Amino acid sequence: MAVAPQISEAPPLAIARQPTPRPWRRLSVPKTLGVRIGLIVASVLFLAPLYWMANSALKNIDELSAFPPTLYPHAPAFDNFVRAVTYIPFGTFLLNSVILTTGVAIGAAISNPLIAYGFSRIKWPGRDFVFGIVLATIFLPFPVLIVALFDIFAKLHWIDTFLPIIVPAFFGNPFFIFLMRQFFLGLPNEISEQARIDGANEFQVFLRIIMPLAKPAVAVVIIFAAVQAWGEFLTPLLFLQDESKYPLSIGLQFYRQEHDVAYNLLMAASTLIVLPVVALFLAFQRFFIEGITVGAVKG
Amino acid sequence: MIAAPRLRRFRLSQDDRRNLRTALPFIAPWVIGFLAFTVYPIVYSLYLSFTHYSGFGDATAAGLDNYQHLIKDPLFWQSLSNTLYYTALAVPIGVVVAIVLALLMNQNVREVAIYRAAFYLPTIIPLFALTFIFIVLLNPGFGLVDYVLGLFHIPAVNWLGDARWTKISIVLLAQLGAGGPALIFLAGLRAVPTELYESALIDGAGPLRRFYKITLPLISPVILFDLIYGTILGIQIFTPAFVLTGGTSGGGAYTAGPENSLLFYVYYLYKNAFQYSDMGYASAMAWVLFVISVVLAVAIMRWSKYWVHYEVT
Repeated sequence: MAVAPQISEAPPLAIARQPTPRPWRRLSVPKTLGVRIGLIVASVLFLAPLYWMANSALKNIDELSAFPPTLYPHAPAFDNFVRAVTYIPFGTFLLNSVILTTGVAIGAAISNPLIAYGFSRIKWPGRDFVFGIVLATIFLPFPVLIVALFDIFAKLHWIDTFLPIIVPAFFGNPFFIFLMRQFFLGLPNEISEQARIDGANEFQVFLRIIMPLAKPAVAVVIIFAAVQAWGEFLTPLLFLQDESKYPLSIGLQFYRQEHDVAYNLLMAASTLIVLPVVALFLAFQRFFIEGITVGAVKG
Repeated sequence: MIAAPRLRRFRLSQDDRRNLRTALPFIAPWVIGFLAFTVYPIVYSLYLSFTHYSGFGDATAAGLDNYQHLIKDPLFWQSLSNTLYYTALAVPIGVVVAIVLALLMNQNVREVAIYRAAFYLPTIIPLFALTFIFIVLLNPGFGLVDYVLGLFHIPAVNWLGDARWTKISIVLLAQLGAGGPALIFLAGLRAVPTELYESALIDGAGPLRRFYKITLPLISPVILFDLIYGTILGIQIFTPAFVLTGGTSGGGAYTAGPENSLLFYVYYLYKNAFQYSDMGYASAMAWVLFVISVVLAVAIMRWSKYWVHYEVT
């Protein structure tokens, strides 16, 4: 896949492979050992919260409240998952989350390639300056806009609909525009020229020539947009007030407050929310890793 | 006729004009979205910041009332100092953690893909879910963290109940996001030409010296991006504090954690706008936040001139 500068598996430092003088050799074995220990300890720290979530999700309330905590569930309570999804309107929240995530992902998949194409495959005066503005918006804190956006959406009667969350996705996101643009810049100009000579207009070049080549990059955008929308908290909190409209993020939060949900059920519900993200990551790991490092080497 | 020279300067060749016409439909979604969802709200909230407005009915002119109120509002200052305290801790620690992870991964270990996955995975887990997990992990009664600290004879800490530790807890939570920047640093490290290290080795430079003289300068542009972006994210911190304190729940109404220690800037802005229906005041806060973010970004850019090294690869 050509989306990103490859992260090669080859050892990066030639010195590591060189025949080393004597005092070095004695040190080299413990050196990688130390590095490995560091990496393993760090990995455990980074994965511990997820393990603890699953672990707590499977404990009954007595075992969960025990001290010292048990490192694995001694009496796995699988019915926690059943209780978690019946105790809260899980199905409604889930459906809302799925609608929001799908809507945002579709919007991102349509808008960002289109916009990025205009910033990469066509040379127009002022292009780089305008693209600078696109990038600058990355550094604008979104909360600066929330009061005005709420009032605007209220006047449009969009509050308590999914529109304030889904519609903006159809107008592009600076990160995704950047990512798609990097991909388009890497494609040779000749393929567009040939199609233009054959009489294709620019939109046909985009749709028939460039987009088929861009599928991996679009996949990265869809994956990132979906993961982001799935975990989105602030916008549904602001723009959705009716409980029947809540996605999982907000639904779980308010249910916890109002009904004092037991922690094992909270962890069971959290596990169900996290599971699709983990599955997506395991299935498309390469897309995630390459997506995040796009343009990183350019410095 | 006065406009003539100006016109000439902006006169575009036929090609330019054609290309502009071709490109416009492609970039139109961004232009419209930028105007509707960014520029207009910023301008509109500037207007609102000079009004009294509850969100219903009409906004009434208020002059500088909101801004004068800000200066005298102790909660505003507390929310600002909470936020800057959090950002000043979380961002530099985050950069160091990410660099350390990247340096470790950059060593010659074959199973690096496993570590890469382990560090990256938490960054895509929804933040609200991670916060729920932290409530369990940091529980003073049965939490794993206090238990593990106890094994090392470190006294238990009431992480989420003691005003001195609440922000530290969120700083720790934020470190779970270090995997993303770590991968970017790793890509940067791998782009460093090996000849540089080889010649430094010949010159007898030790590992620390090589790090300071070669590695650090070459990844400094990435450090700069991470610092600015991290700072912008840091001053927006909201979700963990809201999830932990539950907005309105808990005994004392409208407190954001013990002694308001989790009353971050955006949290207070949110409360003013959506709990106290003071949209004018919240708009003034939004504008101050806008100015703070620009000032911080520019300050870091200026400062970076002393240490960022640009002639890379």
